[in-house]
Amino acid sequence: MSAAPILEVEALAKRFGGFTALADVTARFFSGSLTSIIGPNGAGKSTFFNLISGSLAPSDGRIRFQSRDITAEPQHRFAHLGIAKSFQITNLFPQLSVLENVRVAAQAMKSRFDIWSKRENYRDLVTRAEELLATVGLAARRHDAVENLAHGDQRSLEIAVALACDPRLLLLDEPTAGMSPEEARAMMDLILRLNQERTVILVEHRMKLVMGISDRILVLHHGRLLAEGAPDDIRSHEEVRRVYLGQSV
Amino acid sequence: MAAGAQAAGGTDWRLRAAPLIGIIARHRVLAAVIFLAVFPWLAPYKALAVNILIFGLFAMGFNLIYGYAGMLSFGHAALFGLGAYGCGVPIAKFGVPWFIGLPLGVVTAGLASVVIGWFATRSRGIYFAMVTLALSQVVYYVVFQWVSLTGGEDGLRGVNVPAIDVFGAHLSIVDPTVKYYLILAIVAAAMWVFSRILASPFGAVMEAIRENERRAAACGYDVNRTRWLAFILSGLFSGLAGALYAIHLSIVPIETLHYFTSAVVLMMTLLGGMGTFFGPFLGALIYLLLQDVVTVVTVHWQLVVGTLFVLLILFFPRGVWGSLTHWASR
Repeated sequence: MSAAPILEVEALAKRFGGFTALADVTARFFSGSLTSIIGPNGAGKSTFFNLISGSLAPSDGRIRFQSRDITAEPQHRFAHLGIAKSFQITNLFPQLSVLENVRVAAQAMKSRFDIWSKRENYRDLVTRAEELLATVGLAARRHDAVENLAHGDQRSLEIAVALACDPRLLLLDEPTAGMSPEEARAMMDLILRLNQERTVILVEHRMKLVMGISDRILVLHHGRLLAEGAPDDIRSHEEVRRVYLGQSV
Repeated sequence: MAAGAQAAGGTDWRLRAAPLIGIIARHRVLAAVIFLAVFPWLAPYKALAVNILIFGLFAMGFNLIYGYAGMLSFGHAALFGLGAYGCGVPIAKFGVPWFIGLPLGVVTAGLASVVIGWFATRSRGIYFAMVTLALSQVVYYVVFQWVSLTGGEDGLRGVNVPAIDVFGAHLSIVDPTVKYYLILAIVAAAMWVFSRILASPFGAVMEAIRENERRAAACGYDVNRTRWLAFILSGLFSGLAGALYAIHLSIVPIETLHYFTSAVVLMMTLLGGMGTFFGPFLGALIYLLLQDVVTVVTVHWQLVVGTLFVLLILFFPRGVWGSLTHWASR
């Protein structure tokens, strides 16, 4: 935690026409940490994620990754810089096999415009994809069609695809969305394992799930940073309790 | 009982057909060349067989952008036509030999697809179709007006390639059989290149972008540049088809550039099966054979072909080859 910040955002804002989705968010994320971003629906969590993963360009403010300003970088550069994200709504290559989903994602780091050599020349990509599938527990399903996977398995595949570029910073947008409590717990175990090797930022609206595993928590509300701190501080935070009225924090 | 026997018969057929289709799929270039080598002896006459070769190649190139990269271009007539004029004009007006005219046609179409593709791949879906259509209409009118060079409305005349000398052999192109096999040799080489592109890492990128553009970008692929390169490659194959068409007809009709040609190549690809290797060739074969057969009966052949097309799209949206492979793999 004492290490240098891997990601810094400064006065980050996003407006859609007249609507302000996110305003003046300043935060630092430290190398090796696991940070969760929570907040009620419509708090700006996904917008914040889309900004730091390059899916959207900010209206204001700056984003620095490993001290480098990446605010204006196009989306596809983020994976090469070492930032990957998994999507909230499962967002895979539906007609490709489970293995090919991860293999083609890993290929982006090696070969993007090679029209002549054979795919078999890139054997290491298949090995890498198989390793990643083993990590998320999908090794046995590698030849299946994506559409035949159960929802929980598709969520795991999401993460394997995000890991394919070997990111230093892994952004997970509601990885447990739609999962049963058992599946969600298994997913949290996986996230803890991944956090041993890389920095993780997690969006979640089920607060309880992340309390036990996060180093730090940021609370967004109405597009603004309401609170940030260790889970215990957040638990006893007056305003956070008001926002999450009726829920045991 | 009878129904059961019938179902068992169906499965039996499928079990027999599936490995065969598997073998054909593995050796797709060889299979296509063997079929096309025998084909002229089955076709009503050789000129039709040559047309099927050329439009099959054109549809194959079109399929790269439509079936594999997932973008509906409505301007491929410009690339086909510029391939034809780019090959025909130097031969007819400057007397260059065919083996220089042919690559000139490909280069002309390639340059046009660099420009058209640069503009068009910035837009998506229907807008992409509209931009390609608009730019191809620009090409049409330029060629239409530039009468001194292109012959304008009357088309370009005098693309005469009477004979081709290959390795000391003097091959007269006036002989339809010789012409067919010469063009087949070039088409076969193009098919082999095409097959390599599909099997390359880039082939995987095109499919990934077709499947999910946002995800592909998040994985680190530059979507616009990938689409642009796919468009250029598609343009090169379309241009080669156009250049061969100029040599085949020994004239270049202005209709090669007309937007109707863009619609024809789309119909052929859909008939045969988009996103499949054999589909476009099969589609060109079906379309041109139908046109040929129905024209004998009625001048309203487009009505018949159009009706069949609509029925096929409604009931076999995967096209003929696409439905066949789907049935075999079920």
